[in-house]
Order: sequence, then C-alpha cells, then structure tokens
Amino acid sequence: MKILTGNDLASGDVVWWTGESWSRHVEDSVDVNEHGEAIARAEEGARRVNVPYVIEAQATPEGPRPAHIKDRIRALGPTIRPDLTLKPADPDAGNWVI
Amino acid sequence: MYQYDTYDQSAVDARVEEFRDQVARRLSGALSEDQFKPLRLMNGLYLQLHAYMLRVAVPYGTLSGQQMHMLAHIARKYDRGYGHFTTRQNIQYNWIKLDEAPDILAELATVEMHAIQTSGNCIRNISSDQYAGAAADEVADPRPWAELLRQWSSFHPEFSYLPRKFKICVIASAEDRAAMRLHDIGIELVKRDGVLGGRIFAGGGMGRTPMIAPEIKDFVAADDLLSYLEAALRVYNRHGRRDNIYKARIKILIHEIGAKEYKRQVEEEFAHVKTLGIDPPLAEFDRIAAFFAPPAWEQGLSDDLDLSDPDFRLWVDQNVIAHQTPGYAIANISLKPIGGIPGDASADQIDLMADLATRYSFDELRVTHAQNIVLPHVKKADLYTIWQALDEAGLATANLDLISDIIACPGLDYCSLANARSIPLAQKIGQRFADPERQRDLGELKLKISGCINACGHHHAGHIGILGVDRKGTENYQLLFGGSGAEDVSLAKIIGPGFSEDGVVDAIEKATDVYKALRTDGERFVDTYRRVGMDPFKEAIYG
Ligand code: SF4
Repeated sequence: MKILTGNDLASGDVVWWTGESWSRHVEDSVDVNEHGEAIARAEEGARRVNVPYVIEAQATPEGPRPAHIKDRIRALGPTIRPDLTLKPADPDAGNWVI
Repeated sequence: MYQYDTYDQSAVDARVEEFRDQVARRLSGALSEDQFKPLRLMNGLYLQLHAYMLRVAVPYGTLSGQQMHMLAHIARKYDRGYGHFTTRQNIQYNWIKLDEAPDILAELATVEMHAIQTSGNCIRNISSDQYAGAAADEVADPRPWAELLRQWSSFHPEFSYLPRKFKICVIASAEDRAAMRLHDIGIELVKRDGVLGGRIFAGGGMGRTPMIAPEIKDFVAADDLLSYLEAALRVYNRHGRRDNIYKARIKILIHEIGAKEYKRQVEEEFAHVKTLGIDPPLAEFDRIAAFFAPPAWEQGLSDDLDLSDPDFRLWVDQNVIAHQTPGYAIANISLKPIGGIPGDASADQIDLMADLATRYSFDELRVTHAQNIVLPHVKKADLYTIWQALDEAGLATANLDLISDIIACPGLDYCSLANARSIPLAQKIGQRFADPERQRDLGELKLKISGCINACGHHHAGHIGILGVDRKGTENYQLLFGGSGAEDVSLAKIIGPGFSEDGVVDAIEKATDVYKALRTDGERFVDTYRRVGMDPFKEAIYG
C-alpha cells in the first residue's frame, strides 16, 4: 500500500494522512493508491501539511507499517529515547522499528 | 570573552525581527516552503526527521556561564529538556516549533547569541582549539583572530552565496586539537622571527570526497590575514563548481586545478585585494583582542593535588590537562557516559556546567569538536569540588580520548539524510568496552561514527571510523581504520565488507585484540595500524 506523510507546518510534528485529515499516528494512515500526489498538492496548498510525500507501507493487523526504517523511526520517534517516542510506556515499541 | 558592541547587537536584533516576519508570512501562506526554506536555513532552522531542528552558533566554541544558562533555558522552555553539542562546536535542538523559533532567536539575542550562518552556502561558524587561551603550547590566543574572522565573515555580501558551505578553523599550536586540516581553510598561527602570522591550508574536508588540506602559504603576516583570506575566497567563489553540488566544495576546485595553480591565483588576487584596505587598523584588532586578555590569575597557587580518592584520580589522569598558568588546570567534561548519547546534555546538566564555569572557571566554557565541554581555567585546588558536582550529575566519566569517548552524529534517529543509526552503535561500543581499566589499557583511540557519507561524525578522521550505509533497506556499517584529525592527520581506509550493528562491535573488539598483541611500547592503536598495515586486522576480523 501507499501512504502519505509530511510534517505539520507550525509544530513540525510528523503527520499521516487518514483520508480526511492528518494524524500523529501512523496506524491511522489509509492507502492513497495513485491519489497521493494530488492529495499532497491540495493539502500543502491549504497549509494543512508541510512537504508531504508518498511512501510504501505494508498493511498489518496493527495498521500500516512503513517499508523503510527511516519512516518507521519518523513514525515512532528516536529509538534511543523511548521516553520521547509516541509510545513511551511500551517497552517493545522499538522492536516495531527494527 | 568578546562582547557585542551596538552594531553587533542591532544587526542580530534586526535579523530576529526579519525572521519573525518571514515566519509569519510562511504561516499565513504568503511564502511557500520553496521560498521559505532558504530563509529558515539562513537562520539555522532545518526540517529534520521528527520536527524542526535549530542549530545555534557557538563562535569558536566559547561560551559564558550566562550563555550556557540560556541554552539550558531554551532546552527546557522550547525543546524537550536537552540539547545536542555537535562536531562543529555548536548546539542543536531537535524538537523546535516553527511558530516559536523567532522567540527563541530573540531570547538568544539577549545573551549575544544567534543561529545566523549555521546553514547555507556561506562562511559557517569559525572553529578553533577548545583550549585557546589556556593551552601551554600555543604561540598566541587564536580567539581574537577567530573573532576577527567572525566579524569579517558575518553577512559578508560577496560570500553569502558561495558555491557551497565554507568552514574555517584557526589554531595556534603545533598540536592540532581542532581537525584544522580537514577544513575548507585551516590557519595555524605561528611566529616567524618574532612576527605573528598564519600558515594557510586550503581545500580540506570530509564528506563524500575526503581530502587533507595542502599548505598554500607558509606564512602570511597577521596584518595581511584578512586580505589573504578575502583573496582565497574570491578565487573559490569565481571558479568553484556551481553546476554540481557534489563538486562544489573548494577541495574539489583545488584538487582539479592543483594547489600550485590555486595558490598562484590567490597571490594574484591578494595583490589586488591588498590595495582595497580591508585589513583592520591595529587599533581595531587591539580592541577585539582586549576582550580576550587573560583573566586575573591568582599568584602563588600550589600545583599539589590530593589524589587519595581513586575515582577522582582516574578522572584527573584522564580528563584534566595542563594549563599554561601554574596552579590552574583545564578540565574536560565528557558528554559520553557509558551507554549514553554522545554530545547530549540535559537542561539541568547544562545549567550545572554553567554554574561551575561561573564559580570556578572565570565564567568560561568551551564546546569541543569531539562533543565534550571544557572548563578552561580552573584552580587545581577546586578540582575535587568540581569533580564531585559533575559526578553527582552523571558528568564525570573519565574517558577523554579513550574508545568510549565516541564522536557520533545524530544519524537515523534524528537526521533526515541518514542511512543508518549512529547513536545505538556508539552506545553498544561504549558498553562493550565499559571497564575503565580495559579502556585505559587500550589508550588513545579515537572512534568516530557517521550515519551517512556526509561525515558529520568525522569517520574519515577516526583511528577507527564507522560509516552507516543503507543495504537494501537495512542498516549496514563500514569499518575504516587509520584516520586522524590531529597533527598526524590522515584519512581512514575501509577495511572490507560491511557489518550489521552487532557485527561491527565484534569486529572492533577483534581489532583491539590484534592491537594489544602487536603493539610495542607507547604505540597507540593508530600507530600500530600504521606500522603493521591492514592485513593482520583484516585476517582477525574476516579470516
Ligand atoms: S553524517 Fe549524515 S546522518 Fe550524520 S548528521 Fe550528517 S547528514 Fe545526518
């Protein structure tokens, strides 16, 4: 599947396209098929996102998992500071990245 | 330390307000990202993996206690409670919000700091010896010269859009503690017949095409230094490759036309520049130099130290360096605790270091290119008290220049250009060699890790260097041996096929075993490697 990601313009937070809006959580992502570029252009034009781009991901029971480690680290947070990730209470969250 | 005059202050204040307006226009949509990006980069604001990242300049790595407190305040108020000290002697914050960036710059301006020229194709922060003004072996204090270059290069209209970024380093001793010859221009201040001047090296650098800067002038009298640099930059600005970003650095130009031809052109340009009268009058240099006058040393201090506490003794042996003044010492604060993140410090730790500087080091701190902090002028009699305070805050790791004093760039945990993570690898290596005795037995061993070919972690200059690469979507690490950024400068060579994260730690351990088996008295790892060559190491690692 293809999912769309970018950064929130003001906060810089990593965000994911849910089909209607942007979420901080990658598991909310939807498959944008071939519409990614068009959505990206429209959303960036409306300043709801900054530098959006389409990435490959695998569908898993827990939700989409980006194909490349770089995007998995973007999705979770720095692997060396679990306290600063989106899942600070989950000791196994880092395994999802690797 | 240098203090802004009204011109400096108004220039920095005006820049803050200009950026505030630019940010407002970006947030309102008046500027697109394409239009805004070069403007934010000119103010040190990047968009990284998780958020905006702000790189704040620490001119030639020198800070006052008040400035250091401000860095802690920014970490606490605008970031997530910490900062990352970099190999460019700067600090980076990883979690900055765009709408707060102008306020951060305004706060920095109140303590004479900024983020100007920490990005972009301009002359970047001037780097220098972290022991400047304290080192026993310097011929002069390099900081007044670094400050002069800072003033000359700030907002220099002709050099704001160079073919590529430009890094200048000034040192003043034969021992090179600042990787001087791996800069676009390196200056070693020397004295000839009692006259101060500079040996000039040009065209060094790391990145994808590492090169050691050749000497292009064996002596430029101090009075001519700015004119000479102006000429050197002009020749680069004129002929540097703007058509290919990978060939745009001065090192490529000098490599392509040859150091001799480059030097000839610089000399020709210098003859012209010298007629323009850009070198400052002596009175202006003296005004700057006065800010760096030595502090009021106490006379008659004892050099004796009570080393009965073994942990303190270890720290003194490893992290404390001789000072030029009797009774004083240079104390290095390692930001490399075993298992920690190289170069990171929490806001509380930054505040503590600031307090110690104010109380015990004439209010001065230095940031080193090895991502550590220095208290440059402490009384030996105060060392134990300082060490106790550092120890309590997790800042007393006694590992300066040992295998766990690792330079590591942010890598894939933070950097959008990265291929692989650097920090977890640094942590694993630190843990493998955690035993202080084992590290000390291995002696000086400079290990440097970069998460990609851009080489922010100086892997080319490591006795052991590690380069993260992307191998079909998985992290892989190339191992290099034999580099040095010091006066014995050399470029490390790749030893063979790459490794997984655990594989590289094992390979390093095997290499240290080979070193221990083959070393002769007094030989460091890199000396043994240079003497015996790569084969015994390769055999042990791949055999
Ligand atoms: S070396 Fe590469 S990965 Fe490391 S900080 Fe520089 S650009 Fe990023």
